[in-house]
Amino acid sequence: MYETNYHRASSIDDAVAQFAKGTDSKFLSGGQTLLPVMKQRLAAPSDVIDVAKIKDMIGIEVSGDTVTIKAATTHYDVAQSDAVQKAIPALANLASMIGDPAVRHRGTIGGSLANNDPAADYPAAVLALGAVVKTNKRSIPAEDFFKGLFSTALEDGEMITAVSFPVPAKAGYAKFPNPASRFALTGVFVAKTKSGDVRVAATGASQSGVMRVAPIEQALKANWAASALDSVTIPASGLLADIHGSADYRANLVKVMGQRAVTAAG
Amino acid sequence: MSTVKLTVNGKAVSVDVEDRTLLVHLLRENLNLTGTHVGCDTSQCGACVVHVDGRAVKSCTMLAGQAAGSNVTTIEGLAKGDELHPMQAAFRDNHGLQCGYCTPGMIMSAVDIVHRHGGKLDEETVRHELEGNICRCTGYHNIVKAVLDAASRMKVAQAAE
Repeated sequence: MYETNYHRASSIDDAVAQFAKGTDSKFLSGGQTLLPVMKQRLAAPSDVIDVAKIKDMIGIEVSGDTVTIKAATTHYDVAQSDAVQKAIPALANLASMIGDPAVRHRGTIGGSLANNDPAADYPAAVLALGAVVKTNKRSIPAEDFFKGLFSTALEDGEMITAVSFPVPAKAGYAKFPNPASRFALTGVFVAKTKSGDVRVAATGASQSGVMRVAPIEQALKANWAASALDSVTIPASGLLADIHGSADYRANLVKVMGQRAVTAAG
Repeated sequence: MSTVKLTVNGKAVSVDVEDRTLLVHLLRENLNLTGTHVGCDTSQCGACVVHVDGRAVKSCTMLAGQAAGSNVTTIEGLAKGDELHPMQAAFRDNHGLQCGYCTPGMIMSAVDIVHRHGGKLDEETVRHELEGNICRCTGYHNIVKAVLDAASRMKVAQAAE
């Protein structure tokens, strides 16, 4: 790892102020992605601003039909939360499948979304549920937040503070994990909103990161059942192909994980 | 350079380290606690697992500065004097190790698993929860046996307290 300066922020304002002082600062939350990347010398921030202990950044609130998860809440805490398990069990289940227990103890929802790894789990839930990403400056709807591989709508020095999820009528998540990294080879999140709309998002599949899956959405809108996807074909164009799986393989996985997600949603 | 103050195995320590220092290096090189191992250095193998504020974490994926003010327990902090922790004893009795390189991380993860699941542990859960710890010798069979054995010993010990 190249040299860096570590700062622990005491508040959201303090974090933003400290960030501005560095020549090439990065916000550090759980560090489960940023630190490995720094160790490989693929990132060399002049300053890392630790936001993981800011009190206003930790916790889960449920009010009416909205679950708000503050950005530095760990995957473990989301998975264990009674409130999340009750309101959006698919989201708690998704958090319980990220990485391994030690990673879940450190990794956070805000860190995962800001990094926007094309195979990360949370982006699928955020896009399928139509969540709103809140920052120190504004609220960004999921549609406008993800901008392709490792890219987001976040501006330099802008920090995610929380994510608000509307409680769906039904939701489910299924992923086919890479057995070594536990990242999603492909993961699909299906959601039926309380107004009856169907939204489906896949992660790990597309060359442009998390994506909506229109053919599955249309089929489920007509008939919310795993069997409704039997005749659906997912086009392989634009899908990832690597040593772990071809584009055709991933196209089929999108359908199969979609079916399993619908079964999980009930 | 920064001064990092934390508690390690019950003792308050204060260490001057570069800001880029990882917790595992602070433990091994500044405190000479070499029971915590560096295996893959890429957050996958779990040989470096320690407890920070009661939770199992990979100490190769945490800056020393992030652990400032925290309570850290390493493999050296488990035994009570000459008396092995029930998890250590169970690994020995069940032959849960061969070369021993992964063992400190395995044991720290295993203790964390028992703490989180209490008496409700079964083989499937142990295997699933150990997915962040890699062993290249044992085939895991005796490790899983050891964790289940220790879980019942820890339950008995807890009931006796």
